[in-house]
Amino acid sequence: MSDNTTNLTLFEQLGGEAAVNAAVDIFYRKVLSDYRINRFFDNVDMEQQAAKQKAFLTMAFGGPNNYSGQDMRNGHAKLVKMGLDDSHFDAVMENLVATLAELNVPQELIAQVDALAQTTRNDVLGK
Amino acid sequence: MTRIKFDDQTFTSQNDETVLDTLLHNNVQVPYGCKQGVCFSCLMRSLDNAPPASSQVGLKDTQQKQNYFLSCLCKPENDMTVVLPNAESVWLDAEVIEKRNLSANVIFLKLKSKDPLAFFAGQFVNLRRDDGVTRSYSIANIHNPNHELEFHIRILPDGQFSRWVADELQIGMLLTFSHAQGSCHYIEGKEEQPLLLIGTGTGLAPLYGIIRDALSYKHHGEIHLYHGSRDESGLYFVEKLRELAKKYSNFHYTPCLSSSTDLSTDYAHGRVHEIALKECAKLDGWRVYLCGQPEMVKHAKKMAYLQGAALNSIYADPFTY
Ligand SMILES: Cc1cc2nc3c(=O)[nH]c(=O)nc-3n(C[C@H](O)[C@H](O)[C@H](O)COP(=O)(O)OP(=O)(O)OC[C@H]3O[C@@H](n4cnc5c(N)ncnc54)[C@H](O)[C@@H]3O)c2cc1C
Ligand code: HEM
Repeated sequence: MSDNTTNLTLFEQLGGEAAVNAAVDIFYRKVLSDYRINRFFDNVDMEQQAAKQKAFLTMAFGGPNNYSGQDMRNGHAKLVKMGLDDSHFDAVMENLVATLAELNVPQELIAQVDALAQTTRNDVLGK
Repeated sequence: MTRIKFDDQTFTSQNDETVLDTLLHNNVQVPYGCKQGVCFSCLMRSLDNAPPASSQVGLKDTQQKQNYFLSCLCKPENDMTVVLPNAESVWLDAEVIEKRNLSANVIFLKLKSKDPLAFFAGQFVNLRRDDGVTRSYSIANIHNPNHELEFHIRILPDGQFSRWVADELQIGMLLTFSHAQGSCHYIEGKEEQPLLLIGTGTGLAPLYGIIRDALSYKHHGEIHLYHGSRDESGLYFVEKLRELAKKYSNFHYTPCLSSSTDLSTDYAHGRVHEIALKECAKLDGWRVYLCGQPEMVKHAKKMAYLQGAALNSIYADPFTY
């Protein structure tokens, strides 16, 4: 029975959309409270932003999404102009890892989420 | 096999098919995105039978109660008549049965609907005048057998609609209005949950309705109402609410003035949301209602969230114009 997990995607192992819903409140609160990065999130409607956070988490969890690398570039280009760099990316990842730890996600799955998100770094930072 | 009715057409859903797939298979164009219940693009509402609870995960509980659901997750168990959010464009008739001043610039208006109607106190309807000018107003009373709706309307000096209400609308005249909309209302079943309600000006209207609703359900968690205005002329119902606070030990009322020279102790002094969120500092598990001035609503929303309120538990009606 436990062997089933080997066939599950990372997204499914994390718990799918329920995991995204559980994580989004905690994660977004951390991001908005983090002085290193919260200026990037000023002046956006909170509900819309929360929807985007869900899109972010779904993607970070390896869930279904239609974003290409180019979309990630375009989506964050405005932020790169505002000075978005590696330190901000690291800060977001720190908040994401802390969120998952708070939700008692096993370390090995957190490592997988981290590795997956790192693959988008260059696109997000427009490198 | 179940039948899905949409836009006057009826479709049969095949085994195990979601409402979204049924519509898409039949070439009905509706918005959707992730098809995983994450993005909420495919939100719909059933007008008759309740959707399965599994298709309502993550929605606000007020939306759940109104039979909203995610069509991509919904494998219907019963026939349903479904619509897109806010797609209902039915206009109803009502007669003005009461009109009086609550303060120098706030009018109390009571309408009686010709037809029975379903609503929750705190939702809003669109009122429409003969020439088509339409404005949103929040419902300040609870559901009643007479189909009556109460509003608090602030008169703006140059306000097209509100000036007309003040100057020309008379008892006995007819108005048309839309069905009640919005998710800013009370929901039964969590009577112990603490409530924080913050409003400016006639933002009190929906909050007053919500409080009356809560008390009618014997809500026993703490209820904190903060009502703000620049000066005394913008406050109304002060005595009524003080009486209510005397009668119900769990109801607390704080009228706030933001720029009054009168520094009497009858009022708190400062911006209403700052006072409220300082006094109610930890909001984990709370339900928060914010109504009125859009800037206040925006700031208070962020503060309430950062102070622990879940996004799903913050209900806001910015009175945008
Ligand atoms: C969901 C919702 C619920 C609402 N509920 C209520 C309610 O319960 N009671 C109520 O009184 N209003 C409520 N409003 C506001 C209402 O819909 C109208 O916008 C308001 O009455 C002004 O309409 P008007 O035709 O009189 O003024 P307009 O002719 O539209 O505007 C006249 C002038 O006043 C300015 N103005 C408009 N609105 C405001 C404002 N709120 N504050 C400051 N300046 C303004 C305009 O920019 C313009 O210069 C609600 C709005 C929304 C979106
Ligand atoms: C792991 C890396 C990241 C991924 C996978 C990612 C993913 C996403 C996605 C999917 C969206 C939604 C796009 C849309 O639908 O409009 C988005 C938007 C956004 N992201 Fe990221 N993101 C990442 C890193 C960052 C970082 C480091 C920041 C800033 C500190 C950031 C700030 C934002 C902002 C502000 C938006 C909203 C943009 C707008 O509304 O204009 N993101 N991101």
